[in-house]
Amino acid sequence: MITGVPVQYFLILATLMFFAGVYGFLTRRNLITMLMATELILNSVNINFMAFNRYLYPQKMEGMFFSLFVIAVAASEAAVAIAIIINIYRRFATINVEDVNQMKF
Amino acid sequence: MSPDKFLIMRHELLLTAVVLVVLIAEVFSHPDKKGKIITLSVICFGIITALGFLPSAEGEIFGGMYVSSGSRLMMKNILNIGVMLVFLQSVDWLRKAENSDKISEYFILLISTLIGMNFMISSGHFLMFYIGLELATIPIAALAAFDKYRNNSAEAGIKLILISALSSGILLYGLSMIYGTLGTFYFKEIAVSFSNSNLQILGFIYFFTGMAFKISIVPFHLWTADVYEGAPINITAYLSVISKGAAVFIFIIVLFTVFPVIIATWQKAIYLTSILTMTIGNLFAIRQQNLKRFLAFSSISQAGYILLGFIGGNQLGMASVIYYILVYIFSNLGAFGVVLAISNASGKENIDDYNGLYHTNPKLSLIMMLALFSLAGIPPVAGYFGKFFLFTAAAEKGFYPLVIIAVLNTIISLYYYLLIVKAMFLLKNESPIEKFKSSMYTRFALGLCVAGIVVTGFASALFEFIRNLSFGI
Repeated sequence: MITGVPVQYFLILATLMFFAGVYGFLTRRNLITMLMATELILNSVNINFMAFNRYLYPQKMEGMFFSLFVIAVAASEAAVAIAIIINIYRRFATINVEDVNQMKF
Repeated sequence: MSPDKFLIMRHELLLTAVVLVVLIAEVFSHPDKKGKIITLSVICFGIITALGFLPSAEGEIFGGMYVSSGSRLMMKNILNIGVMLVFLQSVDWLRKAENSDKISEYFILLISTLIGMNFMISSGHFLMFYIGLELATIPIAALAAFDKYRNNSAEAGIKLILISALSSGILLYGLSMIYGTLGTFYFKEIAVSFSNSNLQILGFIYFFTGMAFKISIVPFHLWTADVYEGAPINITAYLSVISKGAAVFIFIIVLFTVFPVIIATWQKAIYLTSILTMTIGNLFAIRQQNLKRFLAFSSISQAGYILLGFIGGNQLGMASVIYYILVYIFSNLGAFGVVLAISNASGKENIDDYNGLYHTNPKLSLIMMLALFSLAGIPPVAGYFGKFFLFTAAAEKGFYPLVIIAVLNTIISLYYYLLIVKAMFLLKNESPIEKFKSSMYTRFALGLCVAGIVVTGFASALFEFIRNLSFGI
């Protein structure tokens, strides 16, 4: 058992990161920054998984494995998203979402 | 584990084999003869669709991470049929000069998403569920941005990938809370030890929100219309039918097997979202002029009806959801097939352009009419029976106000479906869409859709078969 840092601190950190990510996703106007915000959300999930795993269920490694897979999937997601963003830059000559809005109600 | 146990995941293995075959064909084929890859892929996939119906062993492998059962196999076969129709419809589009260098990419990415959906449907563990979900969404974003030189397509792609990343994040955050309280990801173990604590409920709400994004339930639906309008039409058809169908299937499995303890909680959530989804989807559909956008909102409201099958948690509900998705595949792909054929021939996608279509292309207008009637639920066609079973499933558990609202919404939806029928048959047009003849593949696909719309409604053995396979709480 780890002494010193209680599990709550990790959970508070993860919660703050999660909502910072959601806030960033909703308010930022740059596509790359929005992508970074989603990465922040996924990383907060990873912290949650690992903290729960290490503190509450140290006998099994399920949380650790899950976060490994989340990291890998987030990387592939970022690869596809950045490829599309590059294509958007070629088409629109900007990566500001305010300008990428040809389709509306 | 003996090697023949792997045959339980026959669907996924066969699909992987097709991906490899297409890859090898791409490498070794002559650059001028890439068109043959289309025939090869369609034939391979047709064989797989047929093989899927062979009886298969049921059971679990990988320590219970992968589960195979009768209902899940049925769901996979239904998705296979839908993808087969999408492939047949997209042949004309792929033969255009602008797509000649991306043929194998199209098939590889689309079949990859199908593999993901199959793994997702067969999951018995949230890790398998998550990987399947991501495999089903990431390639589809690349496909939505498939028309590299069209601005709308790139816009649709970025909207889809960002929203799916956000929704997966929200879903995972909920899962992490459930993991924190129970220490396991196995569906069975979670269901047994679920204790209805506040943290678990909060985690479930996050999970529900993430799934609601995927099925595009109101208020998480705003991405749908833009993505559907911007993406190429066959990708839109795929998104609205196959992706949505797979997400609905796994959502109902998870609700029934993992969260039966908190049925009272999710019934409330589904009650509210179902009413909102039907009503808002219908009201927005009325004012659309672009047919793809119109069908997007129509598919949102269809998701609202599908939620009626969830709410009772009964066996009839699950059977009616599976049956409705089957009917919905035929009717929606019938409508999209006509839109795609007309767009390929003339490039027109607005409702006004369809004025007087009956005088130039009577067969296409009849197919479109049949598909729209099925979506609206007019008695002789299959859509009526699908809706009827969904409403019965909700009424069986006493949700009468919800059923009444759903019936009222059906009437609203009839109005805007008939607007298109009116445009095709009654309105005059000085420059109607020219008479044209589509390829054998498209006609075959549309014929299959019509047969499906007519036959699935009358074949009561089919519904009985699905009903015997499905399960309640």
